[in-house]
Amino acid sequence: MTEVLLSLKGLTKAYPGVVANDSVSFDIGIGEVHALLGENGAGKSTLVKMIYGLVKPDSGEMVLRGTPFAPGEPRQARADGIAMVFQHFSLFDALNVAENIALGMENPPKMRDLASRIRDVSETYGLPLDPYRTVGDLSAGERQRVEIIRCLLQDPKLLIMDEPTSVLTPQEVEILFQTLEKLRAEGTSILYISHKLEEIRTLCDHATILRLGKNVGECIPSETSASEMAELMVGTALTPPERGNRDFGALALDISGLSVPSPTAFGTALRNVHLTVRRGEILGIGGVAGNGQDELLSVLSGEVQTEADAVKLGTAPIGQLGPVARRALGLLTAPEERLGHAAAPDMSLTENAMLTGATREGLVKNGFLKWAAAKEFAERVIKDFDVRTPGPENAARSLSGGNLQKFVIGREVLQRPEVLVVNQPTWGVDASAAAAIRQSLLDLAAGGAAVICISQDLDELMEISDSFAALNEGRLSAPRPAVGLTVEEIGLMMGGAHGMEVAHV
Amino acid sequence: MDLSAINPVLLIASLMVAATPLLFAAIGELVVEKSGVLNLGVEGMMIIGAVAGFATAVETGSPMLGFVAAAGAGAALSVLFAILTQYAQANQVASGLSLTLFGLGMSALLGQSYVGIKPPQMLKIDLPLLSDLPVVGPILFGHDLMLYVAIAVIAAVWAVIKFTRIGLVLRAVGENHDAAHALGYKVVRIRIMAILFGGACAGLGGAYISLIRVPQWTEGMTAGIGWIALALVVFASWKPWRVLLGAYLFGGVTVVQLNLQAAGVAIPVEYLAMSPYLITILVLVILSADKSSAPAALGRNFHAAR
Repeated sequence: MTEVLLSLKGLTKAYPGVVANDSVSFDIGIGEVHALLGENGAGKSTLVKMIYGLVKPDSGEMVLRGTPFAPGEPRQARADGIAMVFQHFSLFDALNVAENIALGMENPPKMRDLASRIRDVSETYGLPLDPYRTVGDLSAGERQRVEIIRCLLQDPKLLIMDEPTSVLTPQEVEILFQTLEKLRAEGTSILYISHKLEEIRTLCDHATILRLGKNVGECIPSETSASEMAELMVGTALTPPERGNRDFGALALDISGLSVPSPTAFGTALRNVHLTVRRGEILGIGGVAGNGQDELLSVLSGEVQTEADAVKLGTAPIGQLGPVARRALGLLTAPEERLGHAAAPDMSLTENAMLTGATREGLVKNGFLKWAAAKEFAERVIKDFDVRTPGPENAARSLSGGNLQKFVIGREVLQRPEVLVVNQPTWGVDASAAAAIRQSLLDLAAGGAAVICISQDLDELMEISDSFAALNEGRLSAPRPAVGLTVEEIGLMMGGAHGMEVAHV
Repeated sequence: MDLSAINPVLLIASLMVAATPLLFAAIGELVVEKSGVLNLGVEGMMIIGAVAGFATAVETGSPMLGFVAAAGAGAALSVLFAILTQYAQANQVASGLSLTLFGLGMSALLGQSYVGIKPPQMLKIDLPLLSDLPVVGPILFGHDLMLYVAIAVIAAVWAVIKFTRIGLVLRAVGENHDAAHALGYKVVRIRIMAILFGGACAGLGGAYISLIRVPQWTEGMTAGIGWIALALVVFASWKPWRVLLGAYLFGGVTVVQLNLQAAGVAIPVEYLAMSPYLITILVLVILSADKSSAPAALGRNFHAAR
């Protein structure tokens, strides 16, 4: 093995009620791409935050190039050559690229010099970027470039990347990997966090697998199969959902020629969207975040109203109806943001069940609430969808992300929708809960409902959908049968590399 | 009615004086809001500054010491707000409102023995030759020092926000406090500094009313200038020079309507008295129609663990 750059020894960090890291130890070599693998909640993020100085470990030590290393704050870690690209970008929408980069540097040069250095570095690594553009107007791939260039300008010895590809198209992933290969060739170590196994197999030299905060194994990814790594990660073997054969029925939802201006400053306008889905069909809608997913969902849910004819449920025009009227007709939605959009964080599960179930489950009579029926409904959701909670009187906020997601999806599924629209149904959910949610969507479709699943997880869409379309800058591509689509074709539907040049590396 | 009694040179000179309290209060609040904090206690900090400045000037005989005390008092009151919102995570709107009510009551109590007294006079700067120039002299070179300080503060805030790293960090904290924290900036510390600056500026604005503009002490004498300052910051789209423009517009309409009242124009006094507020807001609403550029984290509390 190569010389060791950073060595972690018995790192432990506990939060009230949960041990995020339990004596984790491993070494990262110089010029090595080291994968950190694990499910959501396995403690990957906490671990890298300790390396980056954002969180102090309770016990254990780190050794950087032979000397003890205990960064008290990110500034110190940066000074020691550690740089980090965050999972949820730590960028400032209203500032321009150069200002964003200056904020991440210790001693930034004058703005004009910085701009020319940004141009130099971005040319060298094949990541073209205009220093004076406002970050709020950039695509997800370009935003990530801003973060990467911010790191590269500091000449890092160790680059930490937290789930860098989750927001990229396959073509953009390709460009990123070429950049990382070049960095490795120059002797930079990379700590690469992901749960995408195929990526890790192509890119990484070494992998450490975390489960429930513990180091449960190491492997050489290129010599290990994806299913072996998945088993280490999850702890048990996973059964993929069963599709079954379904016949498609009558037209359930029809959108034709819909254009909606962007509701917010940095939002996306929907442009001439056509979409049809039949009973029993699952339509998967892919695309990089911020290309109109939220806007499409709000048009479907009735939060944004349009001309009556633009959205039809069966043959009935519903474009002018609000969410409650649409629910009554059988068009239900589960938005992406669990806390605050799909569920009210500080209200109990019973109250949350009441909020969307009132019309279809008959939980209101003459303006009075039927609490007993609402509680019974909430309990049914909890039981059928295996939501882990002491009971329906607990606040939505107290549930973990995966459990709350199961509740939110289950609440809609059990209301017997004619058409169900879900946005990112398994985002931040562990693998077994995600499999359960996907299975419930398949079962729903088998029962004759139409399902629209908006997601950024292409594997998920390929697993459950019958037809596939992609959103790109507010335009929806023509749907194609999902079976037989190649990654290449999907990438092009998603807008390819979003007009970015391929790296000249 | 005799409009010829209105002297345009004196009018411009006095509108600058009328606008200065608003200028101080608004530029302070602009910095506070740029850091992502909404402090509705401007009126309270102004009136505390007014009484503290007045009392100090009367006791020491020095108006300059009065202004120093006013800035200190405004900042001291804002410390209360900073502790409530930055450490105790209290709601910013409620804390700001209570700060105003507290300031109004407290100043009435402190000012009881100062009603009806005249403060020592602040000397006007007197530049030989320049101050004696016709027209330009009284407008540009015939004022007291604090008026120039207010304009200098506007220029300084503009330059700091636009050109310096401190300004960049301040904007970053106001845009996205989670990202700023992740990059290692001390969000709470930066916000407290901004709140203190805002408090000191509001205190100066208050003292300018009680020591120069009026000059005497009466209860509630800030008369809503603090609230106008809050509106001014929003309608000026958080841009320092637009704050100056709005403040001078407000001062101008105030002075003109006072002159019109004196000249006996046949418009009811109540309409004249409300005109500065109406016209300022109207013009600034039209100006700010292009794009709202509110700091994205404005009014949101930051907690490192969440």
